[in-house]
Amino acid sequence: MSDNILEVKQLVKRFGGLVAVDHLDYELPRGSICSIIGPNGAGKTSFFNCLTGFYSIDEGDVIFDVYSLKGLEPFQVTRLGIARTFQNIRLFGNMTAIENIMVGQEPHLHSSWIGTILGTPGTRREEQMVEEEARRLLRFVGLRGKGDMLAKNLPYGDQRRLEIGRALASKPKLLLLDEPTAGMNPAETLQTTQFIQRLRDELGITILLIEHDMKVVMGISEKVTVLDYGKKLAEGTPEEIQNDPRVIEAYLGRGAAQMMAEAA
Amino acid sequence: MHENRTLDWRPLLRAGLLAGIVPLYTAAIGMVEVFNAREVVQGLLTLGEMLVIFPSLVVGYLVALGLRRSGSNPLVTLASALIAGFIAALPVTLLVLINAAIPLRGMFVSVTPKLIEILLFEQEQMLTGLALLIGALTLAGGLGGLAAFIPDRFRRALIVSLVVVILSGLLSEFIKQILQQFISRSLLKQIVKGKSLTSQAAAAIFVVTYLVSLFWSTKGQDVKSWYAGLPAAQQRQSRRVWRGILGIFLLLLPWIMGPYLSEVIDNVGLYVIMGLGLNIAVGWAGLLDLGYVTNFAVGAYITGVLISTGPLGIGARLGIDPLNFWMIIPIAILAAMFTGFVFALPVLRMRGDYLAIATLGFGEIIRLLALSDWLKPYIGGAQGILFISKPDLPGLAELLPLADWAPGFVELAQKKGVLSGLLKLLFYGEFSGPQELYYVILAGALLVLFVALRLNNSRTGRQWMAMREDEDAASAVGIDITLTKVLAFTVSAASGGLAGAIFASKVGTIFPNSFSLLVSINVLSLIIIGGMGSIPGIVVGALALIGLPELLREFSEFRLLLYGALLVVMMLVRPEGLWPSPVIRREMAAVEEESEEPPPTDKGTPETPQALHSLWEPTD
Repeated sequence: MSDNILEVKQLVKRFGGLVAVDHLDYELPRGSICSIIGPNGAGKTSFFNCLTGFYSIDEGDVIFDVYSLKGLEPFQVTRLGIARTFQNIRLFGNMTAIENIMVGQEPHLHSSWIGTILGTPGTRREEQMVEEEARRLLRFVGLRGKGDMLAKNLPYGDQRRLEIGRALASKPKLLLLDEPTAGMNPAETLQTTQFIQRLRDELGITILLIEHDMKVVMGISEKVTVLDYGKKLAEGTPEEIQNDPRVIEAYLGRGAAQMMAEAA
Repeated sequence: MHENRTLDWRPLLRAGLLAGIVPLYTAAIGMVEVFNAREVVQGLLTLGEMLVIFPSLVVGYLVALGLRRSGSNPLVTLASALIAGFIAALPVTLLVLINAAIPLRGMFVSVTPKLIEILLFEQEQMLTGLALLIGALTLAGGLGGLAAFIPDRFRRALIVSLVVVILSGLLSEFIKQILQQFISRSLLKQIVKGKSLTSQAAAAIFVVTYLVSLFWSTKGQDVKSWYAGLPAAQQRQSRRVWRGILGIFLLLLPWIMGPYLSEVIDNVGLYVIMGLGLNIAVGWAGLLDLGYVTNFAVGAYITGVLISTGPLGIGARLGIDPLNFWMIIPIAILAAMFTGFVFALPVLRMRGDYLAIATLGFGEIIRLLALSDWLKPYIGGAQGILFISKPDLPGLAELLPLADWAPGFVELAQKKGVLSGLLKLLFYGEFSGPQELYYVILAGALLVLFVALRLNNSRTGRQWMAMREDEDAASAVGIDITLTKVLAFTVSAASGGLAGAIFASKVGTIFPNSFSLLVSINVLSLIIIGGMGSIPGIVVGALALIGLPELLREFSEFRLLLYGALLVVMMLVRPEGLWPSPVIRREMAAVEEESEEPPPTDKGTPETPQALHSLWEPTD
């Protein structure tokens, strides 16, 4: 087993004539928090979708732990230990919060429908454990007391938390977060950032972020990768990226560069 | 709030004309005339008159209610209601007038002299009749308007008791059938005369339901909180008592109801079985299946072939005894599940509307296969399968020498009456008529209900719901969509097979025409009317959509029209269904639940140790 939990080799994803991900090489060190940034349409979410089986990989390969993810369906990827959230929250709206998290434990469940109908002891025990674990996770993501609300009726911030809770329920080794602080106010953003940090520090989950909020990215990432037109434009520590003239020119723009300078 | 003293004509005109379309339309298609044959309260009100008058009443009420809420002057409000009622009378008045000038019957076959007579309240003079008609509808609008002034609680009781009176008036024929087993003929005559309620009975029912519902609306909360205050053991006990009463009621039901009503209940029961099954696919897994009749047909034909004593039965073919009904049940269920499985395969990648259309095709395929010459030697083509035997069990009389032991009981079993029927069934074990078959259907429904309840709150049920909500996200949490979908179709098909097997044995002969698209539509509609995904909703939906039309023969001619109207009204007024699933109610009671949650144990998984339980909060 290498030090990298994820190794992407010459990954290509095409949509007709458009090359969304263009011969991308990427390495994600085990136990790190890394970010991917880039302008709109740079191929960030396409990259995520290739990793999680939502898009088929056209060329190249993705190695997670020791498994190749090429040709796997999303549910198989999740069972290997990669969980994800979505850019636009995708909860199971007409299910309660706790049911959302119970469904999230899917990769670790064994009971069958026949066992359920017969009410076998194993099924009952599992059901009870699933519910206990779901309550624990609800508290963990700060949704204590909201378990019986329909997911769609939760406030926006709670929905984001619940989505992370659902992803954690699968006990992932790698968590892919697609813009976890989108639409949050500064206080909520700070909370979320700290939460992500502690997920890694205390649960040991490797985290890969797509993020627009520069404060979040620069604050917690150990490595930042800049994508543009599906290609890697730059890669390095937040300081290196901040000072990289190519990034400032091509991605951040002059105005943003000034802002960054003021912030520093 | 300022008082609005002027009349607002435009909304009044719109509301009045909308209400006026109902009598016009129902009169022009002949509904008023057909419905007029049924008296709701004797000598007072027929169903046809209700069709003409009721829209005015409702529109007057709604108009007045709206105006009162916006703080209008009482006089203006009442005048508006009267005017709305008056406007509602205009379209049908126009119909009468035009018909007098140019007879419309050439175009609208249903505009008969008899209809005009009904609309004119049987008056010789057209003018007097028209005046009566307009007057009645205007008055109805005004009465509706007055109702809006009654305080909330009294008004609700009024509406409830009106609905009860009308319903019991409609069903009085059957109330008579039930009551005649228990009360004397002279007393019965006081309550029901011919096919309608007597006015004194109607008045009595009205007063009683009014008082009961008034009591419930004032004291209901107290009763509920008193019940909630009882110790848990007592609550459990009282629930057990209620369940016992319900059980006894269900056991005696066919003998209380008599053979005709039992037949109706049997049909409702078959649809409940199918509804519970289809609900798995449609309500829980979100797979819009318009070909549910497929499973019903497979179950019925398998049963037909295996237990028919006719030339097509397996007995005649192989020269063996035809199989027993009870052995067929699992075979029919498995066959239907297999069909569900096979038909699920080609539609795995389809979603929503496309799935609906593909499954619609499957339903037709089965019907055409059943009709085809190719399969005719095996399943009889258009002639169908005949001589399908009824289920039977070894009765007590065969097992024990009962006639020696208890001749009195055996004698009782020969008589008519509630207990005798049950005894006869126990002694001889023959499920020959609708009253006996009821028990087979009840057992089937309970079995399916049990399975559905078990699956609802389980890993499998949650997989289905997650798939319904968002296939991609479900896949992202590790659910194998393909397997889950196939399983939903397969399990859902099982109860169709069960219903089909019972149906085949019940009717004795099956034809391809029994398995038309209408069966699928009926099952789907009853799920929607009852409330998607809700189990009690299915029973309510089946009673409303299958039971009522069979009870009211006048309705049968307009069944599809009423279905359509009912579906539209439901979607507008109560999209969650008559008896929605408990999630919505659970939503209301969400707050308390967590406070009485047991203290967290530390037997958790190592990944989320106890110390982390409030990780989300910032540390400083």
